[in-house]
Amino acid sequence: MIREKVTIDANEAVAYVAYRLSEVIAIYPITPSSGMGEFADAWSASRIPNIYGTVPLVAELQSEGGAAGAVHGALQTGSLTTTFTASQGLLLMIPNMYKIAGELTSTVFHVSARSLAAQALSIFGDHSDVMATRQTGWALLCSRSPQEAQDMALISQAATLEGRIPVLHFFDGFRTSHEVNKIEQITVDDMRAMINDDLVLAHRNRGLTPDNPVLRGTAQNPDVYFQARETVNPYYQQFPAIVQAQMDKFAGLVGRQYHLFDYVGAPDAERVIIVMGSGAETAEETAKYLVGKGEKVGVLTVHLYRPFSVEHFLKALPATTRSIAVLDRCKEPGSAGEPLYVDVITALSEGLAAGTAPFKTMPVVIGGRYGLSSKEFTPPMVKTVFEELAKPEPKNHFTVGINDDLSHTSLSYDPTFSIASADVKRCMFFGLGSDGTVGANKNSIKIIGEETEYGAQGYFVYDSKKSGSVTISHLRFGPGEIRAPYLIGLGDANFVACHQFNFLERLDMLKYAAPGSVFLLNSIYGPEEVWDKLPMEVQTTIIDKKIRFYVIDAYEVAQKTGMGGRINTIMQTCFFAISGVLPREEAIEQIKKSIKKTYGKRGEAVVQRNFEAVDQTLENLYEVKVPGKVTSNFTRRAPVPAEAPEFVRDVLGPMISYNGDDLPVSLLPVDGTYPTATARWEKRNISLEIPAWDPDTCIQCGKCAYVCPHAVIRIKVYDPAVLEHAPATFKSTEAKFKEFPGMRYTIQVAPEDCTGCGLCVESCPAKNKTQVGLKAINMVEQPPIRETERVNWDFFLTIPEADRTVFQPTTVKNSQLLEPLFEFSGACAGCGETPYLKLLSQLFGDRTVVANATGCSSIYGANLPTTPWAHNKEGRGPAWSNSLFEDNAEFGLGMRLTLDKRLEFAHELLAELAGEMGEDFVAEILNADQSNDAGIQAQRTRVVELRKRLAQSRNARARYLNEIADILVRKSVWIIGGDGWAYDIGYGGLDHVLASGRNVNILVLDTEVYSNTGGQASKSTPRAAVAKFAANGKGLPKKDLGMIAMAYGYVYVAKVAMGANDAQTLKAFLEADAYQGPSLIIAYSHCIAHGIDMRKGLDQQKLAVQSGIWPLYRYNPALVDEGKNPLTIDSKDPTVSVQDYAYNETRYRMLVQSDEARAEMLMNQAREDVSRRWELYRQMAAMSYKKDEE
Amino acid sequence: MIDLSTQYLGLKLKNPLVASASPLSKKVDTVKKLEDAGIGAVVMYSLFEEQIIHESHALDYFLSHGTESFSEALTYFPDMEHYNVGPDGYLDMIRKLKESVQVPVIASLNGISTGGWVDYACKMEQAGADALELNIYFLPTDLELEGIALEDAYVELVRSVRAQVKIPLAVKLSPYFTALPNFARKLVGAGANGLVLFNRFYQPDLDIETLEVVPDLVLSTSDELRLPLRWTAILYGRLQADLALTTGVHSVEDVVKATMAGARVSMMASELLSRGIGRVSEILADLEKWLETYEYHSIQQMLGSMSQQAVADPAAFERANYMKVLQSFDRRL
Repeated sequence: MIREKVTIDANEAVAYVAYRLSEVIAIYPITPSSGMGEFADAWSASRIPNIYGTVPLVAELQSEGGAAGAVHGALQTGSLTTTFTASQGLLLMIPNMYKIAGELTSTVFHVSARSLAAQALSIFGDHSDVMATRQTGWALLCSRSPQEAQDMALISQAATLEGRIPVLHFFDGFRTSHEVNKIEQITVDDMRAMINDDLVLAHRNRGLTPDNPVLRGTAQNPDVYFQARETVNPYYQQFPAIVQAQMDKFAGLVGRQYHLFDYVGAPDAERVIIVMGSGAETAEETAKYLVGKGEKVGVLTVHLYRPFSVEHFLKALPATTRSIAVLDRCKEPGSAGEPLYVDVITALSEGLAAGTAPFKTMPVVIGGRYGLSSKEFTPPMVKTVFEELAKPEPKNHFTVGINDDLSHTSLSYDPTFSIASADVKRCMFFGLGSDGTVGANKNSIKIIGEETEYGAQGYFVYDSKKSGSVTISHLRFGPGEIRAPYLIGLGDANFVACHQFNFLERLDMLKYAAPGSVFLLNSIYGPEEVWDKLPMEVQTTIIDKKIRFYVIDAYEVAQKTGMGGRINTIMQTCFFAISGVLPREEAIEQIKKSIKKTYGKRGEAVVQRNFEAVDQTLENLYEVKVPGKVTSNFTRRAPVPAEAPEFVRDVLGPMISYNGDDLPVSLLPVDGTYPTATARWEKRNISLEIPAWDPDTCIQCGKCAYVCPHAVIRIKVYDPAVLEHAPATFKSTEAKFKEFPGMRYTIQVAPEDCTGCGLCVESCPAKNKTQVGLKAINMVEQPPIRETERVNWDFFLTIPEADRTVFQPTTVKNSQLLEPLFEFSGACAGCGETPYLKLLSQLFGDRTVVANATGCSSIYGANLPTTPWAHNKEGRGPAWSNSLFEDNAEFGLGMRLTLDKRLEFAHELLAELAGEMGEDFVAEILNADQSNDAGIQAQRTRVVELRKRLAQSRNARARYLNEIADILVRKSVWIIGGDGWAYDIGYGGLDHVLASGRNVNILVLDTEVYSNTGGQASKSTPRAAVAKFAANGKGLPKKDLGMIAMAYGYVYVAKVAMGANDAQTLKAFLEADAYQGPSLIIAYSHCIAHGIDMRKGLDQQKLAVQSGIWPLYRYNPALVDEGKNPLTIDSKDPTVSVQDYAYNETRYRMLVQSDEARAEMLMNQAREDVSRRWELYRQMAAMSYKKDEE
Repeated sequence: MIDLSTQYLGLKLKNPLVASASPLSKKVDTVKKLEDAGIGAVVMYSLFEEQIIHESHALDYFLSHGTESFSEALTYFPDMEHYNVGPDGYLDMIRKLKESVQVPVIASLNGISTGGWVDYACKMEQAGADALELNIYFLPTDLELEGIALEDAYVELVRSVRAQVKIPLAVKLSPYFTALPNFARKLVGAGANGLVLFNRFYQPDLDIETLEVVPDLVLSTSDELRLPLRWTAILYGRLQADLALTTGVHSVEDVVKATMAGARVSMMASELLSRGIGRVSEILADLEKWLETYEYHSIQQMLGSMSQQAVADPAAFERANYMKVLQSFDRRL
């Protein structure tokens, strides 16, 4: 049978099989497994049937714990059920996994294995999560590549149905889940042939039904629990053989033979590496290379890790084995060794004791850790492990791939060692996320994979920023399969493309270039002038490596052909033209075919525009005649300025310049604690346009700074004397503040930190009287003013901040005189969330502890290298932490409990020490009014005085008070997260924390989807909007979280939308913080996942309010005591139709474009939702709370 | 029995009332209501090539924006199997209307490229449109663009469409041509079977509070009838093409005037949008009553009866008319 060759990643390959073998699929998004759920949901929405001819039912749950519960229920009632997850999600499934295994239930969970959050969260791949489930009783089956992942998905289903042991099928997150590789796709017939219908029927018949009732899930007593637990042993004993039999059956059908343990290498190997996952392929390929050089080495791949078959394991090992290195892709601190190592030791000991081992004496066995969090695992590392095994006393419990200068566990290796074959072409592309580089490369590798005989592989690396992010694409192609699950190494790339000219001053790309390779540069400078524009290091490398150098002005071609900033098609055409992988004409034909396939659905105009770009590319592509000498007089710039703090320079700097892999262990904090205020050193210069202030037009309203998502627009009022040392171009005008007579006023932009989102311009209400197209703040080109504005910015920073004690931040205008302590985040340009965080940091930042749920805000808030959370000159600022996704409310409550307890203790100590400290002074402290900044500042002064007095005391209790005296200054707890947390996974906790009555402030940055994982539906997603996991448009209305919270009666609740009413937002923040109980602010946050022009985000907020979709209100329980209704509706009756708001957004519009009838139906219902809710609020707000006058 | 029937673009219409291009034709239900109210024919809302292109590019932009930039969110939307961004929705509506109503359905098209005009025109014909109205809506703002070049382009466009399409073609014109009769003759020479007088552009307004240019849709009034009325009267009988009058038709008097000037059909939109579809039957009843009162037995009888060629004083439609108004105004001083 001829099977189709497809070039896809493992997530798609696995989902393809899992979907077709299932009836019920319960999903929840988590990186890097979300793709599998997304495929399943999209296929279900498209009514694609499974192998039984019915469309699987795909249901999104509120958490992975929920998904596991739903899976358990579906299994208990006899459905063929699956789910997809990773990392913390898998941990949440563990309780149900015990149950499912204990009940001998056939199912497969597909896991893209990922690190667990310890000292930090990491989304990348290792086996920490899977290893945390090894005690649950599940079979653990590991795949090494996209091809294997697809195959094992089928084998695991066949095995679980036969053996009744549930299977956790896993593969390496990102490295395998996201690696695009050419695979042979198994067919529906293959699936049918592998799945025994009798076993499916048996599974169904074990399901609960009132027609044949049984009881499952009893409580057992000491008399029988133990025995009952032992009843399953035969199933576990038989399971390895069942899996092997299914592997053999699969081989008979498809031709690919797998074993529980696969050995590759010299038959008489003396040194053997034992390893699981993608690293096994690297080890295997390296071993083959070394065997070719005459070395007696081999690699044993573990496929079935649980149940661990000692018998099969021992049989797979060569009898000649003398030393073994067991590699674990996880860390188990404090253990005798990592899990696979311990299992191997056990198996060998048992085998030797029983006489079933292939050798008579125990080999030397060492264990090592590698590849945590997708750390590279490469042939040089494999080679060094083999070399270690040859030593008389090899290092045990080693690490490889890092420089451990602390505990000296690491093995050193020669990074220049390469097994790269000359037959395989290796190409690297450095681009921006926004320029479409990755998309083009995915298309290219598909073209090569599906239109040539070559094997093809693509892997894509992204940085952690959501704006201006750098992408690096690694493409390999050549004869045969590409089995190289690691990045292209130093000096190995035959083709290096730089899609952004300014990368040359930041990144050393050509270190990857092989001698005689090709370098393609997107350059505004033509072939005659480009040379002199290159940094010295680049020129040197081009000459030394005899690199062929090409340039194209892709942006010019893109502009001419209407492609805007998308240079993807143009650079792709250059790649094919230069690389010669296909004859030029054929390549162009294939590119166009691929364009048609990718963009055809979006309309002929899009296709034609791309065609035009392809056609115009080649005439603009030039080879540069490389001069024989270096002519440049400048070098690459340092990642951070020399004046940066030492930690920023030495530790964060290498991370910023993509050299974090070189950092030794000793330089990293032991407990995950990092300094704040570091984003200010990462001058990213990502925007070609920045705002410029026109003081003559400005009305000093502060709105531009208020809405700036990146805190790059700052306002100060100051003494005119300050201007004495001002740079010549520094702008200043008379301050129009009653609190600051005679002072000067400046709005200054941080030119190198601006993302160019333009929200400031959109928010500016002041228009130039003679040219209304200009406002008081206007976008201008950045490069011509970068240097002067940088000097102005530096000067601006030296101007003292306004004295918080002399004005009230109760107006938008005044609030923007407060220093932001959240600045320059890597959030999307124009982010709708970050302005709220900035405001919070301005108002309360110097006395706030933040509990931040996992999600966008934790990523732009704390993904290394830097953090936007900052401190003021006194060193005060938000103290921030992230626990998990699901527990954030409780986490924040814990913080509050500490503060409350500490304050209570401080008060007790003050009372004890009152005599010594001064009764009046203590009373002043205890009764201090800290309702505003002046009061808080006065209390800080008192605490300083208190500390002086305490220092003089001989009372042992005085030391206690001295340690905790800061608590006497009012502190706030802000609990922050997105709607995925607040409405779904964290809702139970959030509800409890609201109910607790404790003084916490909860800020929900409501984007109405799981933004961070790519826009999956949450319970906040409104009706009629399309989202992932709601591909047909959400059919039910948005959950009314505010209404639920109001039901408690003692929770402060506000619904705000900064773009619609900035003053109301400010008021809500101030009231929430002032309220001595739980507060909840639900903040409309426009988002890239809405599919809007982000520059118009504020307009959308306005329309959301005007249409009634997002009513503004404040519910302040404190008003009840005054006999007032606690609910104040701050927005007017709807004046705009819901459609006029909704159809500006792709999330709503795409449903009209894909299913007009459903869109119309849902929109009608959405309109009814709005009217009903509005009426309900109106009635609530009209209720009388007047106290009985009698 | 009074005969209200008329011929337009070779189509037999039971009366001269035609619903001109408006949102009313976006739904089958409302078109059926128009038919039930007695409408003679329906011109569908316009298919704008520029809008199709814009929607296509917008969809592409928003589906691509932010993608492949960040490890956890490689895309932000599910990949739908199909997006209705081309002309398919419009063509489907033609088919649905043809299945649902008996009155003639005239498709309306506004293109921006010759290829687009011809391609969409062919598709509309294939979808079953009884006739095609080419809505040559274009506002020339380029200082270098000469009037003759624009006119030639329009004529070439009509010729290109005519060469590919067999159903009748009408051209909907704006009044802003220097030598309208000559241009009209060229259009007819290029293959237009009818001329629709006139297109009515939305005129933006200035908001002096917000200092913004605001789109402002103002529905027409009977006062606006004068302009098309005059040109209908001038062109009637001088071209081998049917004339349709649109803009300012709100009452039976307007219909009678249009017909007397020479319009085979009177097109209405504003009246129906502001006062409801029921106006069709009211105006038709009024029309029958008017004919009866003034003892006309058919619409044909009065067609062009007050055209420039038919009136006693043809100059009344020309500059002299302006002079006369001034004089009459003077007398009142």
